[in-house]
Amino acid sequence: MRELLRAASVIARRDFTAVVLSRTFILFLIGPLVPIVIGMVFAGFTQKISSTDLRPVVGIAMTPADVGALERAHKRLTERMGPQALPRLHAVPLGLPPRTQLARPDSDVVAILSGTVSRPVLTGKPEDLDRLQGDLSLIASAAQAEKVLHMVKVERQEVSTSLGAQSQARLLIGRTGQIVIFFLTILLAGMILSNLVEEKTNKIIEILAAAVPVDAIFLGKLIAMLGMSFVGIAFWGGTAFAIFMALKAPGTVLPDPAVGWPAFIALGIVYFAMAYTLLGSLFLGIGAQAATVREVQTLNMPITMGQMMIFFFVSYTVDHMGSPLEVASVVFPFSSPFAMIARAAQDAALWPHLVAILWQGAWVALIIRIGVLLFRRHVLKSGGRWWKQLFRGSTG
Amino acid sequence: MIGDTPAPAAPYAVEGHALVKAFGDFRAVDGVDIAVPAGTIYGILGPNGAGKTTLLRTLLGIIDPDEGHRTLLGDPAPLRMARQVGYLPEERGLYPSMKAYEAIAFMGALRGLPLHVGRERARAMLQDYGMGASVEKPIRQLSKGMAQTVQLFGTIVHEPRLIVLDEPFSGLDAMNQEKLEALIRDQARKGVTILFSTHVIAHAERLCERIAIVAGGRIRFEGSVSDARDRLPPQVTLRTRLSDGAWRRALPTDTLAQDGAWHFALPDDGIEPLLRALLDGQAGIESLSIERPGLHDAFVAIAGEAAARQMRDDATQETGA
Repeated sequence: MRELLRAASVIARRDFTAVVLSRTFILFLIGPLVPIVIGMVFAGFTQKISSTDLRPVVGIAMTPADVGALERAHKRLTERMGPQALPRLHAVPLGLPPRTQLARPDSDVVAILSGTVSRPVLTGKPEDLDRLQGDLSLIASAAQAEKVLHMVKVERQEVSTSLGAQSQARLLIGRTGQIVIFFLTILLAGMILSNLVEEKTNKIIEILAAAVPVDAIFLGKLIAMLGMSFVGIAFWGGTAFAIFMALKAPGTVLPDPAVGWPAFIALGIVYFAMAYTLLGSLFLGIGAQAATVREVQTLNMPITMGQMMIFFFVSYTVDHMGSPLEVASVVFPFSSPFAMIARAAQDAALWPHLVAILWQGAWVALIIRIGVLLFRRHVLKSGGRWWKQLFRGSTG
Repeated sequence: MIGDTPAPAAPYAVEGHALVKAFGDFRAVDGVDIAVPAGTIYGILGPNGAGKTTLLRTLLGIIDPDEGHRTLLGDPAPLRMARQVGYLPEERGLYPSMKAYEAIAFMGALRGLPLHVGRERARAMLQDYGMGASVEKPIRQLSKGMAQTVQLFGTIVHEPRLIVLDEPFSGLDAMNQEKLEALIRDQARKGVTILFSTHVIAHAERLCERIAIVAGGRIRFEGSVSDARDRLPPQVTLRTRLSDGAWRRALPTDTLAQDGAWHFALPDDGIEPLLRALLDGQAGIESLSIERPGLHDAFVAIAGEAAARQMRDDATQETGA
């Protein structure tokens, strides 16, 4: 085992430095930040749009007294319900029938509220009426009861924790953990698919296979790519953390996951590593069978679809803790890291994580072994009985 | 662990017994028995497609045989001995972006040599070989011959006990072939076992103490070059002034008349009875030579004319390429 790890470290060091010290690695680091920055800019922009311009505007074709009553009621309700809750109101001339007003090319209202406050009539397209009818009824009711409607003051009674809110927050943390690990895995593990193509096209594989066990080649490549991924994650994570710290409102406190933040982050790192090596070992085994980059590219699509299905599966089970499906997602090796990070957010017990990590590690070893076996048989054209090779030592 | 404790000195550096390796219906190695004595230069001679590379790959543990067993430096698991073995494959391969000295050090590191030691040795080797200017150059900037030299240095940088070279002379010009021969002899003087395959008889004849002649996946001959040549009786070439006479009855029945001379194998009872007949018959001896057959003749006799022709074609093609 020591020799296997030594040989793997030689391969890993070569691969790691070859990737990290190349110019293209800078692009690799910067690449994912570009859509994030663009996304943040657009998010701010769209938020501004949605908070102002995109709220529907309703024209009020009523007497000035009624318009004033409606506007006052709108203001009172908005103060309590927030600026996004109600449509905007805009007084329009009384003279024209609502249908005519809506048909004018310069009209900027989606519907017209005419009549009186006590008997309002809303004119517009059916889907707009469905959307606005309730809100306008509320505004009109408040306007009509302007003199007698007293807002009831709700007394505040604060508690330090609410189990319902906590479980909701932890569910959200679990989901976020899953999404982060999934996207990092899908972003980074796919590169392993083409990892052995270089050695095959440059005929280096013969030198490697004569010097070290093929298991060490596979393991070394996985370690190198995992290391490279951690460099990327440290860079992206550091950047994201810096942005978060710069933008967070004063006094913002994140809810705690069930195992606490330090353990959750540590488990997140371990489960990313396990998800990466599980998928990576599978990719390496499949990619090693491919003779050309074209074949590797062809393999990409079905594998990505498989990953998506696994993600949908664990996303479904995240709020069904303890259900047979959730247990199945914990046991199934490829979904296990995602399911377990969701558990870490919702369940404080740590021992299941130890069991799960050992279980996932055993699968990594098994998948590497099968990949090596297939590589020796189909690529190196090695002979012998396959079932004997599956369980023999790596040095043969 | 691989090679942490030196294996006890086995009489044979490499052994294979009843080895079979088939690719589908084609038996590339077909019941091969081979034993390479430790400390010798051993050549595997045969035309392309004879099964030399598959045999070497099987002996080294790169692939497993379908049948039979092998030992490398006395160990039945060849990869356990990897630290004490150097291997130059037929298809040369290096990482194009690696610097020359790093490539050598990397190949040494694969076989257990600490990287810093490998780097030092690599620089020294390249300097000594007159490639000092290429030490820091990436492989992609080296000529094919230089890249092959780098790979060869990578094969020996960790000072192995056994060096296996698959068609090492392939692709080298005459000067580099000479340098390689010198390097092989130098390693052999240090007690290293050299096992190499070739389809060029001259290399085997000049370098090898023992050879195996391979054709059709089988070993047709195994022994010393001298033994191979002794498979054929010495060849006699006789020129006479007279072309006919009673003395002709003394010539062996398989005598061949070619280019104005008689060619035949030295008879079992020696040359004296023939000489006597020539003198008595006054044949007028112009010249008489008795020559030991070369390895090429031995190869033709052992492997057959077809295999010999293919070897010649392979060598010609390579020279042409």
